[in-house]
Amino acid sequence: MSSPPSRQDSGHLSRPPQNGALLKIRDLHVHFKVYGGRLRVLDGVHFTMHPGEKVGLVGETGCGKTTTMKSILRILPEPPARIAGGEIYFKGRDVLKMKQKELRKVRSEGISMIFQDPTAALNPVFTVGQQLEAVVKYSIEGKNLSRKEIRERTLQPLREVALPDPERMLDTYPLQLSGGMRQRVCIAMALAASRELLIADEPGTSLDVTIQDQILRLLHRLVEETDVSVLLITHTLGVVREMTDRVYVMYAGRMVEVADTQELFDNPLHPYTHGLMEAVPRLTGGGVADGIAGRIPDYMHPPQGCRFQPRCPRAMEVCHQEKPTFYRIDDNHQVACFLYRDSET
Amino acid sequence: MNQADILTVRDLKKHFVIGHKDVLRREPITVKAVDGISFTVKEGETFGLVGESGSGKSTTAYTVVAMYRPTAGSISFRGENLFEGKNERTRALKKEIQIVFQDPGSSLNPRRNVKQILELPLRIHRREENRTEQIARLMDMVELPLEHMHKYPQALGGGEKQAVAIARALATDPSFIILDEPTSALDVSVQAKIINILIGLQDEFNLSYLFITHDLSLMRNVASRVAIMYLGKICEVAETAEFFRNPYHPYTEMLLSSIPVVSEEEEQVKPKRIRSTGEIPSPVNVPPGCSFHLRCPVRQPGCAEEDPVMTEIEEGHWVRCHLQC
Amino acid sequence: MTVHAESLDLPKGTTREKLGRGWYKFSRNTMSIVGLCFVLLVTFLAVFAPLVAPYPEHAGKFVDFANASIPPGRTYPLGTDVMGRDILSRIFFGFRFSLMMGVVVLSLVVPPGVTLGLIAGYYQGTWIDTAIMRITDIFLAVPPLILALAICSVLTPNLFNAMLAVSLMWWPWYTRLVYGLASTLRNEFFVSSAEVIGASKFHIIFKEILPNCISPIFTKMSLDMAWVILLGSSLSFVGLGVQPPRPGLGTMVAGGTDYLPELWWISVFPALAIVVVVLGFNLLGDGIRDMFAAEEV
Repeated sequence: MSSPPSRQDSGHLSRPPQNGALLKIRDLHVHFKVYGGRLRVLDGVHFTMHPGEKVGLVGETGCGKTTTMKSILRILPEPPARIAGGEIYFKGRDVLKMKQKELRKVRSEGISMIFQDPTAALNPVFTVGQQLEAVVKYSIEGKNLSRKEIRERTLQPLREVALPDPERMLDTYPLQLSGGMRQRVCIAMALAASRELLIADEPGTSLDVTIQDQILRLLHRLVEETDVSVLLITHTLGVVREMTDRVYVMYAGRMVEVADTQELFDNPLHPYTHGLMEAVPRLTGGGVADGIAGRIPDYMHPPQGCRFQPRCPRAMEVCHQEKPTFYRIDDNHQVACFLYRDSET
Repeated sequence: MNQADILTVRDLKKHFVIGHKDVLRREPITVKAVDGISFTVKEGETFGLVGESGSGKSTTAYTVVAMYRPTAGSISFRGENLFEGKNERTRALKKEIQIVFQDPGSSLNPRRNVKQILELPLRIHRREENRTEQIARLMDMVELPLEHMHKYPQALGGGEKQAVAIARALATDPSFIILDEPTSALDVSVQAKIINILIGLQDEFNLSYLFITHDLSLMRNVASRVAIMYLGKICEVAETAEFFRNPYHPYTEMLLSSIPVVSEEEEQVKPKRIRSTGEIPSPVNVPPGCSFHLRCPVRQPGCAEEDPVMTEIEEGHWVRCHLQC
Repeated sequence: MTVHAESLDLPKGTTREKLGRGWYKFSRNTMSIVGLCFVLLVTFLAVFAPLVAPYPEHAGKFVDFANASIPPGRTYPLGTDVMGRDILSRIFFGFRFSLMMGVVVLSLVVPPGVTLGLIAGYYQGTWIDTAIMRITDIFLAVPPLILALAICSVLTPNLFNAMLAVSLMWWPWYTRLVYGLASTLRNEFFVSSAEVIGASKFHIIFKEILPNCISPIFTKMSLDMAWVILLGSSLSFVGLGVQPPRPGLGTMVAGGTDYLPELWWISVFPALAIVVVVLGFNLLGDGIRDMFAAEEV
């Protein structure tokens, strides 16, 4: 019944493809139509995630992680964006082919999102309670709930995110709260919406580091206590190391490496991943390493072969011509790089 | 190390009045952004200033470059008091002290291209001709390809924008540059490049830096001395290696334990004792006594009453804490 | 090693590329193109009226009772009025007054209005700000049409005085618009940067802040053309603007009201002409706003 994992397979552990996957993205291509032509932003993204997992998606500015995230929820502005190919399966159903009604169900119950800037994510003219209520009411069950049930469903998440005095919090306006509290409210709203998949986009970046630490520990606790799966998107390697079981590394619209977190940090294979790790300053000292030379490719005229090749210190002839697929190094480590073409186990 | 002092800050205070408590009594509501700090930067060194929101680190920076006038205290540059009497700082002094702001997106005018941006300081401070050549040289110093000269900031990446901001600061041929979170908005691979450029420039031109960041891992690798600020006051100052090896102040420990690190070795080095709790109070409502005591996990009864004094517990290592554990 | 970013041979981010990009954004919306066409057509007709109009002499003092009150037909495409004058030709000349009204008023209003707004915005919080903005508030408090009527009634009714009246009540809008923009912009880091470098106040206000206000100003100017022309036509309609026999569009509409509905073409066509001009500038204004809009991606 289950076929063995093929070379084309991407980053899920020794399990058959699509069987039991919570979220599976296959060969996603997304283009943007702009002045001068088309930006080929996503160039064949593969991604798999199972229930209960904490997966990290690491990439720098412009790598396409936000576009990927928005594609999952179909909140890309189309036009100018256009999904040029691929599928996104959420619990086995292709999100890209869904009609509005089913999409709404997915958005209100399946997947919820925590955005980077909690201040921008909350409407300043409504109280916390009103915004939470809106989330609850828009869920599919929302129509059938009594006032008391709705209220309880707004209080429960506030308790879970350890906000002081949840009852009073319902009547507070976002601007009366500190940054850390606003982020907690956003997490509460996400929990009120869905308990299946939580996508967190740079959840602590706009906050102070001590507050970020609290928020991350909160997320960690929530994942442990409930069975919510978390997709953590960030450009900060340290956060990924603390918070996730498995990590995808993304560059210029493609996934370049995926591994269990510990394995990735112990053994980064892809030259880009390696470069990133080297560039992080260490608390133990040792000076500042060189960054990665060059800039991200022009998405209107991307390189023909591997998109990292122009900046790669170990580029080979074949890298100019062809695009690498995922090569399986280990049960829990795959890398899209010709350097490892012959190292497959 | 017998380096001369280039910048001396003594008991600096900067308060802002943001309103009044009520109409009748007109009691002002004051934000004590900077509330009595003192430090010295030596020529050619990088002095690090660490802090979170409301710590006053940016306000300190803006006061040094005269965007604000101090409410009290003094700032001296090579012995000369910067805020002596007259309103405007002299042109000669403006040239010497420059600043690179945190967000390259808003520190460059989107309606002016790179050439125009770099031309302004040259036009004001350096009378020589062949500006284009000077601009080319500046761009070269920060490793910016010359073809960017006629581009507008929107066409540049984050690192390139920040390189322009650095080049602009260099254009006046300064001796002292304040770097306010110069790489916080950048990706880590770009950050490395910018930091290396800054270090190279420091060596070449014997520049002194006041380096402000909340990223302690970065600070560990760029600063020679570090001071940590909380709600307008300095909690601890020490030479870098000592600061990280031997933190005394509970807030320092809290900050260090909150850093996400990428390796096991770093995990070992992080203090585990104190994890972050509580909210950062607003500088409008500074808690009485030691401003940190409400969040301090090792506070004692006396901490709420009296504000501790900066004490030198080891050579070159100062702490403001009643416990000095 | 750097990877260059280029598109269509135009180096990205230069002025030429910006113009191309601007046109791209403008042309996304068909209605903006329609507006542009209307405006270009009207301008062309206005400028070349003596050459293009079939009966240019009808625009002035001209009487031909033999051909009066003729409905639209082949000889006179839009008909003639009770004095025998060709309406089409008069409309072409009427466009001159309309455009002139718009151009003159805006020329008088925009420089001082914008300058005052810039200064008030830069010195926000000081007495300069208070002084300028309170004066602005006073002007804004007077009902505009009433003020225009009052001024026109006191002075001799003619186009020039109408323009003066409209100008006097129009400048505060620019001050207020620019004040809002400038007071926000002066807190941007690039302004602080210029100050730290030692730039003069003049440079900061006009070379750093003003360029960032251009887009809303241009958009407003385009939409204002429509308003000013409409206001001018209204004043002419009530007898306070362009005086007969000169062919102001509003004047022509007024002249034909006595003969409605039998001799409908005398009022209707000039009214339609006003619609074309006003609509054209409105649509153009939308397009200009789109052109300056920030881009996604």
